[in-house]
Order: sequence, then C-alpha cells, then structure tokens
Amino acid sequence: MTNTVFFKNKPRIVATGTIAGPKDCAGVVGRFVDKALSDDTFGETTYEKAECKMLAYAIQQAMKNGGVREEDVDMLISGDLLNQIISASFAARDFDLPFLGVYGACSTMAESLALAATFIDSGHFKKIVAATGSHFSSAERQYRYPLELGCTRPPQAQWTVTGAGGVLVANDGGRVAITSATFGKVVDYGITDVNNMGAAMAPAAATTILTHLKDTGRDASYYDLIVTGDLGALGSRIVKDLVWEKGVDIQPNHVDCGEIIYKVIEDEFQGGSGAGCSAVVLGSYLMDKLKKRELNRILFAATGALLSTVSSGQGESIPCICHAVSIENV
Amino acid sequence: MTEKNRENYNKNYIAYVNSFDPPTHHFKNCLRAFAVGGFICVIGQFLRYMLEALFALTGDALAGTVSVILIFIGTLLTGLGVYDRIGRNAGAGSIVPITGFANSVASPAIEFKTEGLIYGMAAKMFIVAGPIIVFGVFAGTLVGLIYLFL
Repeated sequence: MTNTVFFKNKPRIVATGTIAGPKDCAGVVGRFVDKALSDDTFGETTYEKAECKMLAYAIQQAMKNGGVREEDVDMLISGDLLNQIISASFAARDFDLPFLGVYGACSTMAESLALAATFIDSGHFKKIVAATGSHFSSAERQYRYPLELGCTRPPQAQWTVTGAGGVLVANDGGRVAITSATFGKVVDYGITDVNNMGAAMAPAAATTILTHLKDTGRDASYYDLIVTGDLGALGSRIVKDLVWEKGVDIQPNHVDCGEIIYKVIEDEFQGGSGAGCSAVVLGSYLMDKLKKRELNRILFAATGALLSTVSSGQGESIPCICHAVSIENV
Repeated sequence: MTEKNRENYNKNYIAYVNSFDPPTHHFKNCLRAFAVGGFICVIGQFLRYMLEALFALTGDALAGTVSVILIFIGTLLTGLGVYDRIGRNAGAGSIVPITGFANSVASPAIEFKTEGLIYGMAAKMFIVAGPIIVFGVFAGTLVGLIYLFL
C-alpha cells in the first residue's frame, strides 16, 4: 500500500490568483502577486473580514486569470487557520459553487491541491479552485497575544504571512500538470514549544518527502526544487538533516517558502509561516518560474502544525502533517 | 514503535532540536531592560518631585497620583501603537513597570473591541493581566495573614 496517487490524466494547473500584504510584498513574491496590498485591513473593519476578503479575491482572480466563468467551475476546496475555518466558509458564501472546507493548518494549500487533482483525475469534475490564506493579525490574536501587547518574540518564532492564493485546477489547459500526490501521515516527535513550529513540523516534512521518493522510485535530484511549506530557517536545517539520516540528499534543491518569503529579517526571525505562506509563494513566484519553464519539476510539500490553543494549554505536544504534490511541465 | 521507544526517540529529537536553538543574548537583554525600565522609573521619580513641589502632595496621595499618570501614559502609548515596539526591544524593562501592566490591559481591550463592548472588550480585557491580579491578591492576602500572626 503506497500513500502516493499517480494521476494518469495529469490535471493541469491552469491559473493562479494571489494577493499579499505590504510586509510580505517587500520580499520575493512582491513582483509576482496579482495584488499587493498597501493596507493590511483591505478596507475592512476587522482583520478576520480582511482575511476572508483576501481569500475571496484570490479565488476570483484564479478564475479570471484562467479565463473561466464562475458557472464553469465545479467546486471550491478551501480552508484557513481560523477556528471553524471561517474565512474559507465565509468567502465561499460569495460564490455560487459547491464548497468543501478542509483544514490542514499551514499545509492546506497542498491538501486542497491534492484533493482537487484527485477529483479531477477521477473524471467526475472538470474545474476546481483550491485556495487558502492567512492573516498575520488574525492568527496572532487567535494563537498568541494581542497585537499591541509589548512582549518580546523568541528567536525561534516565525511570522504569519498575510496573503492568500487560489489555484485553478482543470482537466486540460496549459502545460503545468499535477502528476502525483502523496498524502501525509500525522507525525509527532514530542515538541511542545509552540514558538518552535519549524522543529515540530520538520519530521512530518521529512516523512512525507521520503515516502514520496520511495513510492515514486525517484531520486531527490529528479526535482528541480523540493519546496517545503513554512519550516523557516531552523526547520529547514532540521529537515535536511532528517532526510540525510535516511540516506537522501535534498541539500542542493531544497527550498522553504517560509525561509525565502521575507527579505528583511526584522521580527520574522526564522521566516514566514501560515497557510498563506506556501499558497502565495506557489501561486506567484513558483508558478511564474514553471510557466516560463525555468523550473520543470517541483515537489510542493506544505507542512502544517495541527495544534490548538487548548491542546497546547493542556501540555500536549504538536502533531504535524505534510502533504506533497509533484508539479511538472508536460 | 512501542511507547517506551517512542519516548526515547522523542527525547533524542528534542535534545537535537535544542542544540540548534539560537542563543538568547542575556547580557544585552538585561542591559536594555535596565536602561528602559530605569528610564521609566526616572520619569516616575521626576513626576514625584514635580507633584510634591507644585501641588504639595505627600504620602499615599502622591504615590497614587504618580501611578495614575504612568498608567495613563502606558495606555496612551498602547493606543498609539508605540508600546509594543518599545516592548519588543526592551523586554522586561517595559513589561515589569506599571506602564507594562497598563499595556497588558489596554491591548486586549483594543484587540477584542470588534467582538462587542461587553463580551469582547470588557470580558477579554483581563486575559493577560488576569493572572497577575489573581496571584497578586493571593500573595497579598498570604503576606497579610503572616503579618497578622507575627
């Protein structure tokens, strides 16, 4: 029994729609996003509403960039970080589409993408939008402290990305295809420090990457890039080590969305995190490189920490997950 | 994997992760905290002299007025979005003084205003300061009792 699904019909990534906040656009994704916000409230009264509006924008923009109308799309698969995935559900309210809400924390982009590809490959659906997003201020409030509280951030901390990305997956159109997906298992190595997400998630990333390579019989060098979601600088070092222990070398082609998204290291310390992190980097920067054929084969392995404030309050360790999707030019 | 093996494995992993921990600059942090915390105390002392000289306040009235003014400044700076920036650099220097306490009450009040005045702002105002009040009162009572029987 393998954990990897091979898509014989090769579902295509037709288009993407991305939006990101001011701080996030200062980095590598700034030039590639569809909309760079100068105001992180997006004209809304609360950050939760802003997050929802960003997600709706990303979904809308993905359809627009793909040149399809809403009525041609069969389904919307989306999720976010807030309790009861309100951003995704509330954004879905604006669309006349069947909706599947998914939760994979920061791995949601890979999870929804893998599901969309599986659905399309089955032949039951023709066009699906997979989307996710996050907002620094709403995540900070839910998981940590009020924004204006004068506390210090530990050096292991990461900065939740303000941004959203939508991906239009269809049975044909374009050359960028999803060729396989590895659904991850929940991995927990006993990390309890909620400020050290990179270390908590690295084992999940390593497990899924190794499983994927084993299932597909591919060497790590098969891929131009192995992209992890939001491990940050510290987590990236750990994942390389963990994979190396098992005799696989991803040192030359591994890149982490969280590590590259911010240019200026000010308070971000280890880099970006959040569901929006991998969604924005994939939807803007990586898609651009794939379309221009500067990259031809990538393994997109977004990672998520499946904790809540209740579980960490009760002293539970942090279970993590990672789903991997291989995206190739065909 | 058995329970025992998993525990050992986790222990090894945590030890390995800890070896990566970015170092905390204790000396630098202490220096900053001392400078900023000291500066806040200097302001307090300055207010004390001023109030004493201008309004001839003494004793409890003097101490109370100084505290009220400092709390006001802390709350104002929180509302202006400045206090969190000071706190990020000063650490304990701006958390421990009374201005930090004001910040810990004002910041959730601002944050949860969107959920309504009663169930949002008022109910969640003490999510950070609550424990300080609870244990403050507890410790005060305990010391008071000891004092009573001595």
